[in-house]
Amino acid sequence: MLILECPYCGVKAEETELAAGGEAHLKRFGPGSSDEEFHDYLFMRENPKGVHFERWRHANGCGKWFHAARCTMTLEVFGTYSAQTTEPPQEIKDKISEKRPDWTWRDIK
Amino acid sequence: MFCWICDSLGRHVATIHKCDDKRRRAQRALVHIQWQSRTIGFAMKRYSAFAVAREALRYHTGWERAWRSPEPKRHYDVIIVGAGGHGLATAYFLGKNFGITNVAILEKGWLGGGNTGRNTTIIRSNYLQDPSAALYEKARSLYETMSQDLNYNVMFSPRGVIMLAQTEHEVRGYKRTAHANALQGVQTEWIEPARVKELVPIINLEGPRYPVLGGLWQERGGTARHDAVAWGYARACSDMGMDVIQKCEVTGVRSENGRVVGVDTTKGAIDCDKLGMVVAGNCSHLSEMAGFRLPVESVALQALVSEPIKPCMDVVVMANTVHGYMSQSDKGEMVIGGGTDGFNNYTQRGSFHHIEETVRALNETFPMVSRLKMLRQWGGIVDVTGDRSPLVSKTPVDNIFVNAGWGTGGFKAIPGSGWAMAELMATGHSPLAEEFSMMRFKEGKFIDESVAAGVAH
Repeated sequence: MLILECPYCGVKAEETELAAGGEAHLKRFGPGSSDEEFHDYLFMRENPKGVHFERWRHANGCGKWFHAARCTMTLEVFGTYSAQTTEPPQEIKDKISEKRPDWTWRDIK
Repeated sequence: MFCWICDSLGRHVATIHKCDDKRRRAQRALVHIQWQSRTIGFAMKRYSAFAVAREALRYHTGWERAWRSPEPKRHYDVIIVGAGGHGLATAYFLGKNFGITNVAILEKGWLGGGNTGRNTTIIRSNYLQDPSAALYEKARSLYETMSQDLNYNVMFSPRGVIMLAQTEHEVRGYKRTAHANALQGVQTEWIEPARVKELVPIINLEGPRYPVLGGLWQERGGTARHDAVAWGYARACSDMGMDVIQKCEVTGVRSENGRVVGVDTTKGAIDCDKLGMVVAGNCSHLSEMAGFRLPVESVALQALVSEPIKPCMDVVVMANTVHGYMSQSDKGEMVIGGGTDGFNNYTQRGSFHHIEETVRALNETFPMVSRLKMLRQWGGIVDVTGDRSPLVSKTPVDNIFVNAGWGTGGFKAIPGSGWAMAELMATGHSPLAEEFSMMRFKEGKFIDESVAAGVAH
């Protein structure tokens, strides 16, 4: 069972308390963008074997959206962090590097 | 064919073997000679009632391995990655329909050990959209003659499939599907609750939360033995001279000037003229090696079986509102499936609360289930696209073809999928696969089954 700590209320919430929200740090492409960008924004998702960043909502708790860094091969959780950011904080990236020295995700290292 | 003398499947070296029993030694020598003749291309022996009788009279010494396990050659015309149902069916129809037999099917694990061996074996074709109905109906009709075509008993059992309507919305949706199916030539009908009860006496129609308001009935749907589908295709492919290579993981895809020239594997480099990727949950991983992306995400889907009990339900029942479906296997186990997890996952195990949800829903609809013990539970990694329809498609690399995105409902499609994929790979065009191009998202031509069919996803 997946357990994530909500970075807002500090509750260690198990899966039934949470709602998964898909890939994190998506940049919205709307009017004015190319077909390619719009297609990728709508349909292309990161689907890595390994380190992954996701959005989650503490649905049956404080109700807030947050981010989680997780491994899709082992279900290991590297950490959770605030939604008010466009990329993972350095502290989380360091935690991942400790365990997966050569990880990459999109163009983040 | 397995040699009893040298105990090997691969390279065969003549050796002297000690044996204290003369009769057994003579028998083994005979098998040894048969094994050698097999390696130079003698046709497989057919399975028949006569063969069973013949083998009964000679201590079952004449059975051969169902498929060869050769070392990979240096070059093949076509390499199919993934020896699950879809990959093997693709190879089979490449040989059968197009005479392409210099084919290798590479499998990182064991044959049919992925989603082919993990599904709930339901076969139906009651889809709303025309392209889906055409593909799944083709598959269903091929299942009807599969055992005869392959000379391998896949235990296809057209026992009928009911999809229960438990809300007014579902009633409207299924009536619409029944009309659509009538136009598509797919035989389905809307049935009232009384008929549901007649077909499934163990059902509780007056569920307090979700009463049964009727159902969509496809009489010619059913189940089949999933492993046998993979084994049967592997045997037929091997018989045509194709190489089914297990424990051979692809570690890289080599391309030159926008064309694939071969793959690197744990058994060395292998060249090919065309490459087919049929690896379900791992398709993103493999396409990344080839330098392009696929519009899929991989999630875990679970199933479970109960302890075996006496026959109590001879149809397949799907309850999509409450996310549960159930049938009874020939062993007597109740085979139960549910919904997927909501997050990306490659671990082949899912979350326990999904099992709880599924079982809770079924307890309400089938009260007798509450007294059964669960025997086994497992998960598979399914690759899900944005519109919940598959990809049978060309790719940005000229001679790579992809067959993926079957999501939660691939088993029923195996023969149709293989038929279409083989046609696409051999001729560059397949009417069945046309609408399932991975470019459809760019063009806005979705095959929107996630909303339309009301299928459990």
